[in-house]
Amino acid sequence: MSQANTAPRGRYQLSQLDFLEAEAIFIMREVAAEFERPVLLFSGGKDSIVMLRLAEKAFWPGAIPFPVMHVDTGHNFPEVMEFRDRRVAEAGVELIVASVQEQIDAGKVVEPTGRWASRNRLQTAALLEAIETHRFDAAFGGARRDEEKARAKERVFSFRDEFGQWDPKAQRPELWNVYNTRINMGEHIRVFPLSNWTELDVWGYIAREKLDLPSIYFSHKRQVFERDGILLSDNPFITRGEDEELFEATVRYRTVGDMTCTGAVRSSAVELDEIMAEIAATRITERGQTRADDRSSEAAMEDRKREGYF
Amino acid sequence: MSTDILRFATAGSVDDGKSTLIGRLLFDSKSIFEDQLDAVERTSRGRGEEQTNLALLTDGLRAEREQGITIDVAYRYFATPRRTFIIADTPGHIQYTRNMVTGASTSDLAIILVDARKGLQEQSRRHAFLTTLLQVPHLVLAVNKMDLVDYSQERFEEIKQEFSAFATKLDVSDLTFIPMSALNGDNVVDRSINMPWYDGPSLLHHLEHVHIASDRNLIDARFPVQYVIRPHRAADPELHDYRGYAGQVAGGVFKRGDEIMHLPSGLTTRVAKILTPDGELDEAFPPMSVTMLLEDEIDISRGDMLCRPNNQPEVSQDIDAMVCWMSESRKLTPRSRLLIKHTTRTAKVMVRDLLYRLDVNTLHRDEDAADLSLNEIGRVSLRSTQPLFADEYKENRLTGGFILIDEGTNATVGAGMIVHAD
Repeated sequence: MSQANTAPRGRYQLSQLDFLEAEAIFIMREVAAEFERPVLLFSGGKDSIVMLRLAEKAFWPGAIPFPVMHVDTGHNFPEVMEFRDRRVAEAGVELIVASVQEQIDAGKVVEPTGRWASRNRLQTAALLEAIETHRFDAAFGGARRDEEKARAKERVFSFRDEFGQWDPKAQRPELWNVYNTRINMGEHIRVFPLSNWTELDVWGYIAREKLDLPSIYFSHKRQVFERDGILLSDNPFITRGEDEELFEATVRYRTVGDMTCTGAVRSSAVELDEIMAEIAATRITERGQTRADDRSSEAAMEDRKREGYF
Repeated sequence: MSTDILRFATAGSVDDGKSTLIGRLLFDSKSIFEDQLDAVERTSRGRGEEQTNLALLTDGLRAEREQGITIDVAYRYFATPRRTFIIADTPGHIQYTRNMVTGASTSDLAIILVDARKGLQEQSRRHAFLTTLLQVPHLVLAVNKMDLVDYSQERFEEIKQEFSAFATKLDVSDLTFIPMSALNGDNVVDRSINMPWYDGPSLLHHLEHVHIASDRNLIDARFPVQYVIRPHRAADPELHDYRGYAGQVAGGVFKRGDEIMHLPSGLTTRVAKILTPDGELDEAFPPMSVTMLLEDEIDISRGDMLCRPNNQPEVSQDIDAMVCWMSESRKLTPRSRLLIKHTTRTAKVMVRDLLYRLDVNTLHRDEDAADLSLNEIGRVSLRSTQPLFADEYKENRLTGGFILIDEGTNATVGAGMIVHAD
């Protein structure tokens, strides 16, 4: 009688990647339709690479109707910076760089010192200032709910007050696919189109779409040293202790962040399917394995998010 | 990677073993990682708890860990070779009704946990009611802690019958009962050897096999126009006249060549092409995000609806709906003025009448109620400044659901489910 009953089983059921893609494209179009000045945060990492591809798809054959922005700590991997510029040029979008170095030079923030010094937390100030300067009312971020427990509770459209702060106790209920996009002047919304994606979904999508990645995601030889169980790359921005000896290792990066706090993992994976097999088998989360910044306390991410972090 | 996704909500309190159940599903599907488990073990020890408290895995916010309760909906992810799952872990207490409603709104299935010793509680009935109010298509009553009633078939049957009797008052389309012990793993992933009298599936088997493909409305074609794509590329003459209507199919199947009607104009035309960046499609169905090209030029903008000439939603400024009120600071009263966001359309509405307030525990209708406050549910009549393209919520969750927004604070203050439009 009805199509539903005569349809072969599964015919009208989307695969998981198609479902996630359709949802993310819907979210991006909703932002483009309802906000005046959106921006897409683009670091050159795998999640933002997926976001940029989704943005191309959402508005095709039209151009992406918003710029992309990179919050540059000045301590990024050179391979990633090269990739960033190449990919942005290919997509034909405007790139805005919010520079942590400029903030330090202008005396707006103070450079942390010492062995565990990292500019990671300084990104928040640069990000918020750029959002204010450019009067952005929506900023797409690549965060996923599977990454971290504070993120598991965050909305897809996450409200930020005029100070850029997140208040986990005053989040707007989010039902169906009906998103509340209303804000007052000076406030903004962080939008997370990849909320429902897992790390494996991101890799699956990269493989399916044949997306280009910075070379450091694949296995290579590198001079590293070990700190708190994390393999850090030798680089000019980090203060290495005398007890921290350098050695060569075959590694790749599972996440891409600041050189001072992003660790490498031992790996010989040079192809996407090898990386996916590794991730499917791993017993440690990507942030736990590679991010020194999340180890400071159980609520490290929640605290940084409250201040306005990504 | 070609599995489909099942979204399910879990309702129940910590006492019912909800966190233990989620912990077990995540643990047995290898979705809990060593560093997460280490952190939880450290915290449990620090608090002097004997067992590793798996609830700490799902309580993500500082306030929740401090108070030892789940406040907000947490989303969890796990996969088996057959399916990918998204869990909306919702708090069970009545003061968090809005959070359960939120979690249920996108769920294909809901699991309500009952403690076999205590049987049905007031909150079990409330959870079942909210699940059906939100039209979650599949319901599982998980009778947990069977190990504490000696795996008694009699006890299970008693609870099953009591719940079945209650369920006849509700609109439940698919109900499954599973006796289990989340703590011991009985009937969670594998069939239990302790309950040979039970011949149904384990919970995970049920989650992997429940048929959800026909839950979405594939009959009433609905395409809320979300965004108009006009490339404006002078260099490419082919794109000069391109007008693509982008959106997510909310119901039915659209095929190339179909005769369609545009609302609110009532004009008809045909689907010329259904496009995605990956190529042209013969048909589009929910929840695909596509771009439609039409044969005739019609003035179409965001908030409009494409449907079939012989199958249209109600075009109306007057709707009756069940509303769950979600504001801590403001009440819903007759003559309240609010914003409504329904599909891709936003309009002003006035509350014409509060017909009754529903007691979510007893289902009693209080027709003398003067207002709705936080977490209360009632039937209201709304008058909108613009026509809405409305379906009954039970026919289509996407074209029958809406949110209410306070114009002053911009807060989402209510969720509505259309009962009737005229």
